[in-house]
Amino acid sequence: MDTMTIEQRKKIHPHKYSLWIAMGSITMMFIGFTSAYVVKRSQANWLAFELPHIFWLSTAVILLSSLTIHLALKQFKERNMQRYKQLITLTAILGVAFAACQWIGFTQLKSMGLPLNGPVSASFIYVIVGVHMLHVLGGVVALLVMFGRAYRTRVRTYSAVPIEVAATYWHFVDILWIYLLIFLSIAR
Amino acid sequence: MSNEATLHSQQEVMHGAHDHHDHEHHHEDSFISKYVFSMDHKMIAKQFLITGIIWAIIGAFFSVLFRLQLGFPDATFPWLESILGHWAKGGRISPEAYYALVTMHGTILVFFVLTAGLSGTFSNLLIPLQIGARDMASPFMNCLSYWFFFLASLVMMTSLFVQTGPASGGWTMYPPLSALGDASIGSKIGVDLWLTSMALFVVSQLLGGLNYISTLLNMRTKGMAMTKMPLTIWSFFFTAVLGVLSFPVLLSGFILLLMDRHAGTSFYLSDIFIAGKALANEGGSAILYQHLFWFLGHPEVYIIILPAMGMVSEVLAVSSRKPIFGYLAMIGSLFAICILAFLVWAHHMFVTGLNPFLGAFFVLLTLLIAVPSAIKVFNWITTIWKGNIHFTPASLFSIGFVSTFISGGLTGIWLGNSSIDIHLHDTMFVIAHFHIVMGVSAFFGMFAGIYHWFPKLYGRFMNQTIGFIHFWVTMIGAYLIFWPMHYEGMAGMPRRYYDISGWSSFKQFGGLNEFISIVVILVFAVQLLFVFNFFYSIFKGRKMTTQNPWNATTLEWTTPIHAGHGNWPGEIPEVHRWAYDYSKDGRDFIPQTEPIGPNESAH
Repeated sequence: MDTMTIEQRKKIHPHKYSLWIAMGSITMMFIGFTSAYVVKRSQANWLAFELPHIFWLSTAVILLSSLTIHLALKQFKERNMQRYKQLITLTAILGVAFAACQWIGFTQLKSMGLPLNGPVSASFIYVIVGVHMLHVLGGVVALLVMFGRAYRTRVRTYSAVPIEVAATYWHFVDILWIYLLIFLSIAR
Repeated sequence: MSNEATLHSQQEVMHGAHDHHDHEHHHEDSFISKYVFSMDHKMIAKQFLITGIIWAIIGAFFSVLFRLQLGFPDATFPWLESILGHWAKGGRISPEAYYALVTMHGTILVFFVLTAGLSGTFSNLLIPLQIGARDMASPFMNCLSYWFFFLASLVMMTSLFVQTGPASGGWTMYPPLSALGDASIGSKIGVDLWLTSMALFVVSQLLGGLNYISTLLNMRTKGMAMTKMPLTIWSFFFTAVLGVLSFPVLLSGFILLLMDRHAGTSFYLSDIFIAGKALANEGGSAILYQHLFWFLGHPEVYIIILPAMGMVSEVLAVSSRKPIFGYLAMIGSLFAICILAFLVWAHHMFVTGLNPFLGAFFVLLTLLIAVPSAIKVFNWITTIWKGNIHFTPASLFSIGFVSTFISGGLTGIWLGNSSIDIHLHDTMFVIAHFHIVMGVSAFFGMFAGIYHWFPKLYGRFMNQTIGFIHFWVTMIGAYLIFWPMHYEGMAGMPRRYYDISGWSSFKQFGGLNEFISIVVILVFAVQLLFVFNFFYSIFKGRKMTTQNPWNATTLEWTTPIHAGHGNWPGEIPEVHRWAYDYSKDGRDFIPQTEPIGPNESAH
């Protein structure tokens, strides 16, 4: 199929294009959540509380992982495959660390007397942060696939498109988290 | 002249086929990769279509069953007990079964048939063929899209057979009824299966939608500017945009509902008593779900109707041998509908205690939709006006579409007014309105598409005579079924009620309800005739002998009769003109692939 598609005129790679639309779609999902949050907040019985502090640590972790995946992309383009493999491994580990931090955040919330089935304002945190966390873990799975591909000896990939797609997605979930953090801190 | 042109282009294709012979037999397909996990957009289209047909039979059969109850509330049908078991003890459908049937009828028809079966089929078939692409941007994601739909179908089908029955809180699945398993028998595991199935369905729609958009924006053949695309492609484009932006919001609504059901949260629940016992849930709002649901729910009706509009535009131009009237106005109105679709959702919620001041804006925006809709209707009528109309089943269904779209659309102006809606909401008037404008019309568009592109799908024609019978019975039957419902609704007869014979004010409609139910059975029988025609013609239909049986200008008719994966055996043809050069300069039609002549002006 590849030889067939190359002959077709195209501006940006269709996979990258699909990714951008998918990011728009994911954004809409979180707009759904956050606007539900806003609507709910304006009604009676809204309990305001401070976010667990570990969320700031997780922010630092995900920012760092954005940097590492950026460097990984650069190394891939320069064909430094050893460094590339190290950097995507590091990114994946940071992604898991991020998810772990969020999980610790959940247990902290619970120990603050705000369980999932507690006040609605807390339930929203669990759902919004949880769904975002799933998106990060989806990115980790993508990185594992890339990792497997990098170790393949029979077929070598020279196309930077997959890693570019993964990197763009990774930056996207990073930015999404920053938005959510700011949103949840301000709109309490 | 036109004949010559066809022959010439055919020769070119044959020539190309010889040159690139190895292309077509590029990869040997096993049965599994060709018919099951196929990545060929044409096969995926067939998969969507046939799955959709199976669902349509089930969904329509459910409507026959609950119409039996509505039309003959006192009669007993012993055969019902033998198919429904304890859901129809003594041959009378139980209230629980009735609500389950109504709910499943809505869910199946709206999502599984008119969303997946309609845009899934024709976006897949026509986008690559009409823009000149080998396949979708990502054939693998396209394949996944179908199989997610298949999984969603399996889960929904399973829910029909669980002991407590499928979800039965209405296709909108409003909480608190749907959120509390103890609230009714239809809110138990049926709702969980419903939500799971719908989540899978949303994933399927997103995978498909992403593909449609990136394919048609990035993979058009040389010369195929956006303004040279057929209107079908434009309508699929806006459909996909609507789906990609609104389905995720529905998913977030469903996630919150699932949490309310199983994690003890109170997003939608507050101050509820079940059997005299107060629940612990506090601080939730059931209206919140309605906002999230209808933010998808309203775009969803355009997801259903836009593909039908696009196909009708194409079929009307081809069968009246005239260019489409107001091509740019058609695109503009599709765009306007697409924008407005996101700004009118609260008109489904006028009676929920919505601020009347806010309601006024939603009334205004809702009524604004009449403008692009009227532009489209005007353009369809002007397209066939003084045309040399070829009355095929496809063109009849297209004309039928315009008729039902007008008569169903006009009642939308009634319902869009918040003050009239106070009287008409939740009555049979609403049923009549949306069934005509979105149910019947979308089906007519789908039938037009099936009859018109059947030769492209299977290399054979469907039987015309059965097609004509199918059209006339369906057309007349649809009006006989839904027209009287307007009067019932105006008199205040509520929808969703199991038995209205207890109200003396609705006693007058007893005979009318019987009549409607009898027509429903007849129309259903004719749909079975269509299904027979469809499957019979796949194997035994008249064979297609020329590539371009309808003398159409668009690219899909430049492919071989049984096109392989990759569509064109040789080079992808280049496009030089728009898709609607019919009856131009004394020629019946000029294919898009023909260069503009020296003495000819481009459209």
